[in-house]
Amino acid sequence: MVESIVSTGLAIGCIYALIGITYNVMFSASRVFSFTAGTLGMLGGVLGSLFIARMGMPVAVGFLLALAGGAVLGIVTEIVAVRPVLKSLDQHLYVLSTLALALMIQQFTAIEWSTEPQPFPRLFDIARGGFDQQYWLPMLACAVVIVGLELLYRHTLIGRAFLAIAEDTYAARALGLPERGLRLASFALAGVIGALAGFAGGEMLLAFFANAPMLTFYGFVPVALGGMGNNRGAVVAGLLLGLFQQAANFLVGGIFASVAVFTVFIIVLMACPEGLAGAALQRRV
Amino acid sequence: MMDTPAARLRPGRADVQASTSTIGAALPFLALLLLGVTFPLFGGGYWGVIATRACVYWVLVSGLNLVVGFAGQIAIGWVALLTLGAYTTSVLAAGNVMPELPPYLALAIAAVAGAAFGLIIGLPALRLRTFYFAITTVGFATIVTQVALAWQSVTGGGVGVPGPIFPEPFSSQWGFYYFCFSLAVICTWMTANVAASRFGRALTAIRDAEVAAEACGIAKPALLATVFLFSGAVAAMAGGLFAALQSYITPDAFTLDLSILFFIAILIGGRGSILGPLLATILLTALPEFAAPLVAWSTFLYAALLLVIVLAAPGGIAEILDFKNRRPLESNRAIIPRPDLVGRLLSAPVDAGALTLEQVALSFGGVHAIDGLDLEIRRGQVHGLIGPNGSGKTTALNVISGYYVQERGAVKLNGAALPLFARHRRAHMRIARTFQTPRVVGSASVLENVMIGGTIDGKGTFVESLLSLPRHRRDEAKLRDTAMLALAAVGLERLARVRVDRLQHSELRFTEIARALMLHPAFLLLDEPAAGLSADEIGRLAALLAAIAKTGTGVLLVEHHADLIFDICQHVTVLNLGRVLATGTPAEIRSHREVVHAYLGG
Repeated sequence: MVESIVSTGLAIGCIYALIGITYNVMFSASRVFSFTAGTLGMLGGVLGSLFIARMGMPVAVGFLLALAGGAVLGIVTEIVAVRPVLKSLDQHLYVLSTLALALMIQQFTAIEWSTEPQPFPRLFDIARGGFDQQYWLPMLACAVVIVGLELLYRHTLIGRAFLAIAEDTYAARALGLPERGLRLASFALAGVIGALAGFAGGEMLLAFFANAPMLTFYGFVPVALGGMGNNRGAVVAGLLLGLFQQAANFLVGGIFASVAVFTVFIIVLMACPEGLAGAALQRRV
Repeated sequence: MMDTPAARLRPGRADVQASTSTIGAALPFLALLLLGVTFPLFGGGYWGVIATRACVYWVLVSGLNLVVGFAGQIAIGWVALLTLGAYTTSVLAAGNVMPELPPYLALAIAAVAGAAFGLIIGLPALRLRTFYFAITTVGFATIVTQVALAWQSVTGGGVGVPGPIFPEPFSSQWGFYYFCFSLAVICTWMTANVAASRFGRALTAIRDAEVAAEACGIAKPALLATVFLFSGAVAAMAGGLFAALQSYITPDAFTLDLSILFFIAILIGGRGSILGPLLATILLTALPEFAAPLVAWSTFLYAALLLVIVLAAPGGIAEILDFKNRRPLESNRAIIPRPDLVGRLLSAPVDAGALTLEQVALSFGGVHAIDGLDLEIRRGQVHGLIGPNGSGKTTALNVISGYYVQERGAVKLNGAALPLFARHRRAHMRIARTFQTPRVVGSASVLENVMIGGTIDGKGTFVESLLSLPRHRRDEAKLRDTAMLALAAVGLERLARVRVDRLQHSELRFTEIARALMLHPAFLLLDEPAAGLSADEIGRLAALLAAIAKTGTGVLLVEHHADLIFDICQHVTVLNLGRVLATGTPAEIRSHREVVHAYLGG
């Protein structure tokens, strides 16, 4: 039983962490949290199932197309729901515009795809073992994303430009960095990461439209607890969340597990609103 | 009381205009009332259900409107309270846990539970950022539904429970419709009362200009808690009605889509309006019924509508219907203050007293913003604070008004140290201020903005405003008269009914001064009031400030315009790098060699 809690918990935790990173990548580029983060995860699963199971494409092609779909949605989010409201960030209109976009995609999926969870294909034709691909795939995806992002941010020019934008948009623009293009690229990258989360976790979560609000909430918990924009914090908090949720699931039952997660989330947030690893910002008058 | 100066001052025509505009504002509500009362005459069967549903939804939305539309809190998951109210009423009326209760009593208990729960869901708003709070409300909505599903012994789980049945005369379809309609009318009336009260204005100030709200003495936690209690109570009551209308409830009935409908109705209707969200609620409830294929797509359509509204018309229906504010304003209008009216406005007794800073120091990182600052502002004097950019002028002002906490030293009012942190307490000590960038509620009228300044002088409670009791009406009349007088004093009374976001920059500066005067300040702190003003306007500002000081108010004037400073100040302090470079009378400062060298030039 412990083994099952740990493998399921870590796998789910990796998916939450990836959605948390999706939030963070968008946030770094724009100072905006987007409700479409969970939608991207949902879409990764649905597109994977659509391309591979329903349309019969090879796994590799379906995988790339699903990621491309995520990138497109990331770009659409930036153009439709983020860029028009960036001028008046203090009015928090982005909360509403990204919520609207997320709902539209979710409803569209429910109607055009299915309102019932659909099976996600097995990606590798190997026998089910104790430590199945449905557990290690999300972990692998999470590891790849973390290492990839580290390499990108530290060793490439474009990655450093991303960091510069995240640090100080005005200064970055003054240096001549193409802020708009970099923001668009960040959203595309976030889209790919979100879709990857849903694709890698597809077998566990299934291709289901209601995964969108679920991932939007549980993916935000690592961000809130790990500190905004802090990817390492998100991974640690995501893994802890997954383990805690699975343990509570086994011990007290699914519904009270959600209550437990939510209660802990609220209590921690109320105690330190900037997250366990974040620092308070001074308000400007 | 009857013979207030402002009543005499206001020309008769404005009175007539004001009263016709009140009738004009009430007209759409009266039309809806008439339509609602006569609805059974032309709407049959199924339309009765739709109309009842619209009434039930509006009972919830009217309360949520104060939270979302007025206070600006992004509470998405309000369906949690509908669920709670529906189950509480049904379970108590059905007698699942204790002997059956009469449905009215069950409904009342649900309202009390809803109030408590509204407070619990709402309170994180005091500590969390916008997006965080939005997410927590969504979480609450999910949790409540899951609990309803799991707690089978009480809620019947997935099977559900029968809704309450209200006894005669409300058991028939139209009887129940009239019951819900009456509650909807009462909710409309109550929230409209709040909207037009100092509480409603304070909520919009929290939404659009939180810093200014604090400076006006508005205590955000207490006010928001009150609004969450009210909003939770009516939402749970709507839940009880919803259960009765459905006649049988299961957790499936309470989807997040429903929550989205409530939330979106307010935004489509327009923030800070009662009529807009009311129309939007009716529209969104009825819309899918006109075309059957639309039902499946309704949430998609609501979301698309929300996106369009946010991007194209953030003011919503209310702004589209606001014809009055589309009339062009006079283009060559001048601000002509009347300093002679200041004495009537500020008839505070002149007692000697002073606001003092003693060895105050504060640094940001390694930078000493102010470093051992001594300052004494006496009542009845204009005290100028000048210095180059970054010399610590605004920082000093922010320490006095509590936005920054000094690391060393003390700020004292008449010898007693001001409490740290408690920003809104400054207003109660009659310390008023303006801001370098004017902080106003753009969608409210000039008059309403100025009235915000007098919020703490109202005597009535929230409940008295809710029910429009006499004390509330006296408060409002007095606030309005004082605000009109303050506007006349700064020379803006002709723009009283214009939306603030249509004003020019200089007019905003004078609006802020009028708002600060509403506090009858013992001390008035002005942060660069002359920035962006024309030479003529600066001259008039000087006369106004001199008149204010003459009534016994101590004025601290942070400025760059040396002429203005030397013109009206009795005392001038020059700062440089957070320290006092020189202090004395204008004549002394003008001849101070270091000052001339470092700052004045020449």
